[in-house]
Amino acid sequence: MGTSSPKAVIMDEISISRAMTRIAHEILERNEGCENLAIVGIVTRGDLLAKQLVDEIREIEGVDVPLGSLDISFYRDDFATHISPEVHATDIPFNVDGKRIVLVDDILYTGRTIRCALDAIMDLGRPSRIELAVLVDRGHRELPISPDFVGKNVPSSRDESVRLFCKEVDGRTSVEISDVEPGSHVGSAPLGGE
Amino acid sequence: MFNNHKHLIDISEYSDSELMTILQTAKAFSEVNERVIKKVPTLKGKTIVNMFNEPSTRTRSSFELAEKRLSADTLNFGGSSTSTVKGESLIDTVMTLDAYKIDCIVVRDKHAGAPHIVSQASPAVVIDAGDGKHGHPTQALLDLYSIWERKQSFEGLKVGVVGDIGHSRVCGSLIPALKIMGAEVTVVAPGTLLPPRPDVLGADHVAYCLDDVLPELDVVYMLRIQRERLEGAPFPSLREYHQLFGLTKKRERLMKPDAIVCHPGPINRGVEFDSYMPDHPERSVILDQVYAGICVRMAALYLLLGGADNGLAS
Repeated sequence: MGTSSPKAVIMDEISISRAMTRIAHEILERNEGCENLAIVGIVTRGDLLAKQLVDEIREIEGVDVPLGSLDISFYRDDFATHISPEVHATDIPFNVDGKRIVLVDDILYTGRTIRCALDAIMDLGRPSRIELAVLVDRGHRELPISPDFVGKNVPSSRDESVRLFCKEVDGRTSVEISDVEPGSHVGSAPLGGE
Repeated sequence: MFNNHKHLIDISEYSDSELMTILQTAKAFSEVNERVIKKVPTLKGKTIVNMFNEPSTRTRSSFELAEKRLSADTLNFGGSSTSTVKGESLIDTVMTLDAYKIDCIVVRDKHAGAPHIVSQASPAVVIDAGDGKHGHPTQALLDLYSIWERKQSFEGLKVGVVGDIGHSRVCGSLIPALKIMGAEVTVVAPGTLLPPRPDVLGADHVAYCLDDVLPELDVVYMLRIQRERLEGAPFPSLREYHQLFGLTKKRERLMKPDAIVCHPGPINRGVEFDSYMPDHPERSVILDQVYAGICVRMAALYLLLGGADNGLAS
C-alpha cells in the first residue's frame, strides 16, 4: 500500500505483551471466566495475536479456550479493485453456535475488515455474541463499529500507515507508524490495518 | 485479471507458481465447501454465462455450483436451444450476449479454438470448459489438485496417462500442466490411439505396453475410451483393449504400494477399468477429482474476475 518510511515505534515487544495480558484479563473479567468463550483471529497478524491471547488465558485460568483463524478475502467489499493473491483457508475447528466469540485484529482503522469478518462468522453459524479486541485503534472509522477491548489508542492521520510487525513473520515485534507517500491512497482507505 | 492473464484458455501460458497459486486458492475454497452454508459473497453482482454448445454434465454442473457458491448470477446458454441452430454465427451470439453486460463466458464447444474466437469477439473474461480435441484447462487444474492433495509435490513424480491420447482434450491441458509442475509424464496406448506426433503434447516417454511401465508409476491416469469419437477401428474389440490396457485387480499387483488412480470421468467399467479398481479405497481418487472440480473452478473464477482491468492488481 505504497512505499513508506518508518517514523516512530509506537509499541515495542514488552508493551505489546503487557497490552495483550491486560486484554486477556479484561475478557475474563467481563465474561466471569471462560465458559463458552472462543478466540478468533483475522489473518494475517490477528491470528498471531489471538494465539497469544489463548496462551495468556491458559496462564491465568489454566483452561485452553478454542482458537480459530479467519480469512476474509472472500468477503471483501473492494474485490473489484483488489484481490488477495494469497488466500489462507479459514480454520475454525469448533462449532460457533452459541459461543461467545472474541474477534481479534491488529490495527482497527476503517472498520471494513471487521464488517467482512462479522459476515464471515455469521456464515459459519450463530454465536451468542461477538466482541472485538484490537491491539491498536487508530481512528478514521467508515462504519459504525467500535472495539470492546483496545491495547492502545493511537491518533493518526490518513496519510500515515500504522503496522504491526510480528517476530514470527517479520523478525521483530513492534507497532510502527510511518508516512505513506502522497497519492498512494486514493479515495477511502484500503482494507486492513494499513 | 490474474497477474497478466485475462482468460483461462491455454494452460501452458501459466507458470508453475501461478498454477500453484490457483491450487492454494482452491484449497481455501475447499474449506467453504465443507461448511453448512456453502456460499461466500465474493462474486456478488457478477454475471457469468455458461455457453455449452456440446453435451456436458459434470463440467457444466460443477461450473454452475462454483458460480453459485461464489454468489455470481449465472445464465445457462447453449445446446439445441440457441440461435446457432437458426444460423447465427458464434461471434454474433457472443456479441449479443455482451449486450447483456456480462462479465465472464464459460465456453464448451466441439470445435477446437472456439474459446479463443470468443475471447477476441468479447471484452468478457473467457474460460475454456473444453474445446474439441484442443484442451480442457479446468480439468487439468482439478487433476493437479487431486494429485497435489495426495502426493504433496510434483517434482519428479512419475505420471502415466493411459488410453485414448489421440482423441483426448484432457491430455491437451493435463500433459503440459504436469510438465510445468515438474512431473515426468509417460503416455501409454496402442499406437492407433496416439496422435501422429505424441511428442508434441510434451510427454517424456511413449510406451505401448501398460505392464512394462506400471511398476514405475506414482500416478496412473486412465482415460475414457471415447466410443463416440472412435473412427476406423483402432483396436479389434473393447474386450481386447480391456485385457491389454484395462486397469484391473490382477494388474494392481504391479503397482507401487502408494500409487494412485485418476480418471476424468465418466468411467467405463469393463473397458478402461474392471469393476473393482474405480472403487479402490486407497488408490482411487476419482470422486476426489469430482469434488476438486468445484474448488478449482471457484479459484479460477475468483482469481480471474477479481481485481481491476488496468493491471494494477497485485
